[in-house]
Amino acid sequence: MIRVYVPLAAFIIIVIFFAAGLTRDPKIIPSPLIDKPAPAFVLPELFQQEKLFSNNSLSGKVTLINVWASWCGTCVKEHSLLLDLVQDVEAAGSGLQVIGLNYKDDRAAAIKWLERLGNPYTTILFDPDGSCGLDWGVYGVPETFVIDQYGIVRYKLTGPLTQAIISGEILPLVQRLQES
Amino acid sequence: MIIEIGHFAVVLALVICILQTIIPMIGAIQGRENWMAVARPAAQVQFVMISLGFITLMHAFLVNDFSVAYVAHNSNSALLWYYRLAAVWGAHEGSLLLWCLILSGWTICVSCFSKSLTLDFTARVLSVMGFISTGFLCLLLFTSNPFERLIPAAMDGRDLNPLLQDIGLIMHPPILYMGYVGFSVAFSFAVAALSANKLDSSWARWSRPWTLIAWGFLTLGIALGSWWAYYELGWGGWWFWDPVENASFMPWLAGTALIHSLIVTDKRGAFKSWTVLLAIAAFSLSLLGTFLVRSGVLTSVHSFAADPVRGVAILIFISLVAGISLLLYGMRAGQVRSYLQASFLSRDYALLANNIIILVAASVVFLGTLYPLFLDALNLGKVSVGPPYFNTMLVPLFLLLGVLTAIGPLLRWRHDHLQELVTRLRLPYQLITCGVILSVIIMLDISLWLVFGLSVAGWIVCSSICLLMDRVKHSSTLLAGLFTQPLSFYAMLLAHTGFALSITGVTLVTALDLENDLGMTPNVSKQIGDYEYIFRGVEEIQAQNYRALRGTFDVMHNGRHITRLHPEKRHYPVQNSVMTEAAIDAGLSRDIYISLGDPLEGDTWSVRIYYKPFIRFVWLGGVLMFLAGIIAACDRRYKLRQDNRARLKQLHVQEA
Repeated sequence: MIRVYVPLAAFIIIVIFFAAGLTRDPKIIPSPLIDKPAPAFVLPELFQQEKLFSNNSLSGKVTLINVWASWCGTCVKEHSLLLDLVQDVEAAGSGLQVIGLNYKDDRAAAIKWLERLGNPYTTILFDPDGSCGLDWGVYGVPETFVIDQYGIVRYKLTGPLTQAIISGEILPLVQRLQES
Repeated sequence: MIIEIGHFAVVLALVICILQTIIPMIGAIQGRENWMAVARPAAQVQFVMISLGFITLMHAFLVNDFSVAYVAHNSNSALLWYYRLAAVWGAHEGSLLLWCLILSGWTICVSCFSKSLTLDFTARVLSVMGFISTGFLCLLLFTSNPFERLIPAAMDGRDLNPLLQDIGLIMHPPILYMGYVGFSVAFSFAVAALSANKLDSSWARWSRPWTLIAWGFLTLGIALGSWWAYYELGWGGWWFWDPVENASFMPWLAGTALIHSLIVTDKRGAFKSWTVLLAIAAFSLSLLGTFLVRSGVLTSVHSFAADPVRGVAILIFISLVAGISLLLYGMRAGQVRSYLQASFLSRDYALLANNIIILVAASVVFLGTLYPLFLDALNLGKVSVGPPYFNTMLVPLFLLLGVLTAIGPLLRWRHDHLQELVTRLRLPYQLITCGVILSVIIMLDISLWLVFGLSVAGWIVCSSICLLMDRVKHSSTLLAGLFTQPLSFYAMLLAHTGFALSITGVTLVTALDLENDLGMTPNVSKQIGDYEYIFRGVEEIQAQNYRALRGTFDVMHNGRHITRLHPEKRHYPVQNSVMTEAAIDAGLSRDIYISLGDPLEGDTWSVRIYYKPFIRFVWLGGVLMFLAGIIAACDRRYKLRQDNRARLKQLHVQEA
């Protein structure tokens, strides 16, 4: 009479799936931009308003784009990691370019924030109304993208950077991209 | 101070629940009468304690006590008083308390209306209910306590989600929970019967009225939820196949199968273990619904703030409840033998077919709802399953179920003759199908689904009339014949007619509705279908806790003014959210639904105008099914009379 235990067995399998499901966040959706060219943009620089940047500034170098805002609490936490990252990159002489995308922010507040916490970015794109962020599929701050030297999006992270992600995912990826 | 009293009362209720679980069960196993006798008073005290807790929380909302964290998060002093009361169950913690309250309400009802049951059986049932209650009170007190204080107290509350500031919130959750939680009674009866190793048909008879009432409330709750989503969300849809909706639809399907299979177990003594399994499934699916809504494993339009800790706690609880009962089922069901002695053309087999179809439908919904979760767990990517899947799969199933609903009740138990049945049915069915096809051809281009849907609905109604005439024709007068039929017979006719109405509504509104998104300039009229719409402009108004832009529309039909509608776009400052409030001119044969979009250039606004024919039938069917459930539960056969009780006692003496 194994038949009568079939419902129990089915139920146990379902529970295992639920338990697995609980460890995942259904809101994490892979970006449709992966392995596609980065969306076009023309944005002013945060410090030098008259200077405009576009996709051209991305080509030639592997680039890390970090989306941040002065109103974002989590950005403070990942900021020190970014500063460390830039230092390591410079020390190693690797050609990684770190660009900031200042998202839906106030210029004065953003500059003040950087003065207080330090500036890891070589360039900061200023996107006060979030229109560029929209094209890039940004739906929360912070987010981080890695673009290769041909302007193709290779990686996207929603949420804050951690040391594990930087050393385990981002740096190996950057190295691979630079060698190719 | 008052809220602490409530807190304390609920803690006390938890202690009593634990006693109610353990002592009567041990008493029943060891045959100690005084231990079994603990069950009833425990259930009653437990109810009083949880009510006390609930009332103190209501009080905190009513007097704007923002030193209670839950109140501060979900209310505001500018909120109208009746929304403040309903806000008690407006978020996770309070709705869990409502769940506990309703569960203890069902428990006390069982303890009061179980005089005809043996003490042994009552003790087992109340013990199982106590176990469920214990689990929920633990969830409440340890993971989502609504009685916690906020120090320092907030100056004012963060306000109730504007979506919930509506009559729908006052009615929908309590009624839905009545249904969800009501299945715990059938579940407890089933588990009690399993534990006592008495899987005869008597437990089925006892649990039938409870199951019918619970099913009725669940039906009404779902219908209300659909109606609420329709007028509040502003999209004009009435069912979205959202995980949370599916979470209520699955127990409904299991419950529908259950009330039908209970008939067979009660009257024919067959399907015994199958019925037990359905009772377990119906309640487990109710719990699953809670898990899906509260844990955030699936994304949904109306999920509460998701919290993994709660998710884990609820999952552990479901595993305990369903796991233990299914294990018990495995141990006991193997010993039960019940054979269906009937020919294929019989009511017995029709009910079996009903169960199979409903079960397939439930599996379809289950798979569609959880498929994204399964895929994600297996690292196969993220997907979402949408309405196309559900519609493609379920529409044929439900039409099949409709055909069965038309034929099944006309069949006799055990055995029927095909020839007789065909002669009985041929004429009315032909008439209806011809009528439907004709009217559809005349009215518009032909749609096959429209013909199918309307024919099936017509068949059901027609077969109900046939059945009634069949039953009455042997009586001396029509009136006498009508009066001698039992209530449950009329309830069945009513429920099946309700089902037919819902099919009619769904068919017509899907096939014939008109949806238009357009830009409208003041005083320029637009003709859509048979109606003419004139936009009169937008003005600003101020209400107690929101500001709104209010549009004015005149609706004309053949040059005659029908109604003036005022859709609104509301801004709630406390939560800084904007809500679209549609304006609806409701009618039995059609709804006109206008909702305000965004301003375009100048005075022009984007506007949504929907014409929804017969949409009210969808919910009206639900209301009929609810009434049918209540009426069926009132049938005399469930009220065991004195002599019956004496006979039962005698039986037990003989058994001993």
